[in-house]
Amino acid sequence: MLDWLARLGRPVIHLLAALGRSVIFLFQSLAGWPRSYKAVQLWMRQVYSVGVLSLIIILVSGLFIGMVLALQGYTILVDFGAEQALGQMVALSLTRELAPVVAALLFAGRAGSALTAEIGLMKATEQLSSMEMIGVDPLKRIVAPRLLAGFFALPLLSIIFTMIGIGGGWLVGVDWLGVDAGAFWSNMQASVDFQADVLNGFIKSLVFAWVVTWIAVFQGYDLVPTSEGISRATTKTVVYSSLAVLGLDFILTALMFSNL
Amino acid sequence: MQNQRRMEVAVGAFMLLGVLALVFMALKVSGLAWETSNKTFQVEAYFGDIGGLKERSKVTLAGVTVGRVARIELDQQWFEARVLLELDESLQGKLSKDTAAAIQTAGLLGDNYISLTPGIEEATLAAGDTLRDTQSALILEDLINQFITRSTQD
Repeated sequence: MLDWLARLGRPVIHLLAALGRSVIFLFQSLAGWPRSYKAVQLWMRQVYSVGVLSLIIILVSGLFIGMVLALQGYTILVDFGAEQALGQMVALSLTRELAPVVAALLFAGRAGSALTAEIGLMKATEQLSSMEMIGVDPLKRIVAPRLLAGFFALPLLSIIFTMIGIGGGWLVGVDWLGVDAGAFWSNMQASVDFQADVLNGFIKSLVFAWVVTWIAVFQGYDLVPTSEGISRATTKTVVYSSLAVLGLDFILTALMFSNL
Repeated sequence: MQNQRRMEVAVGAFMLLGVLALVFMALKVSGLAWETSNKTFQVEAYFGDIGGLKERSKVTLAGVTVGRVARIELDQQWFEARVLLELDESLQGKLSKDTAAAIQTAGLLGDNYISLTPGIEEATLAAGDTLRDTQSALILEDLINQFITRSTQD
């Protein structure tokens, strides 16, 4: 009986410990990050590898998601003679939901897993501990630039995703299916509110950026330094951050849009 | 060094693309206009029933949008809805005092809005005036109810 209770409680205690470690980790790495040109250079290198290199996948999937939305929306709306509302449908669903969520999921798969694997390999090959030996804090040198780069890159990627998606919707709706271009844009402008839709979508992607990057970097830093540990941590990064993004998305949507 | 330079350019271009996307979202998608602080003047109107009228609903004259609903509140004395209308300042001194306001519906199921009809009086509306001639919202369910009770009475 006691044994059984202990078995039940162990994962909970492990979970709580990991949660506590991750919060301490976040504060330790971000507190007192030096504001020198060298630090900015480190940060910029990471923005390049998580942001600029993720651009291709964001652009391509944004374009196709916008095109699919327009095609699906058109076939339904045309039954009611309401194909003029296509622009509004594409723009609203992209700004409110699809762009922040899909961009965050893609980011977790493309950049988050890479962050985990990179830091994990550094830990496994004891690069992190040798850094500590020569008096360099790996939290400041390795972790902080990656965290800050992730926080910065994903909101930008998400807004680029929205723009490209609307472009894709325009391409299919107006260029191919022949929805009137004026109605497409004016209905969109009449229904999309800058504060309620665009800004709230942006806030969503800011939150997702924190969560995904935090999970990815922490998983890399906290893993068991073996090849199996790296592979498990990478999987965990993608699974945890996808679940966190989808769960948080529901909460944020309930907070932001439930009274509209 | 060459590599570092290329990376910096790429990151800069990435940021620029992000800012451009934000500007695109603001101007082209949400139709954010710069002159949001257009000069307006306020008049009030009392309605027996505002139906689905909301704040920021539009106010039209001959179908052209000339203002917005600024505020809706309940008049505690007469239990009517007190609606504050924000009208374009260029109309001040041009609309007659007996201008009528009616709550209408865009299409069969669309949003409610207020439509103004100019009157014939010489005196003109100024800020703070009250529109006397108002017509409440047409509520579809009430109409159907009336129709059913009348047809069952026969």
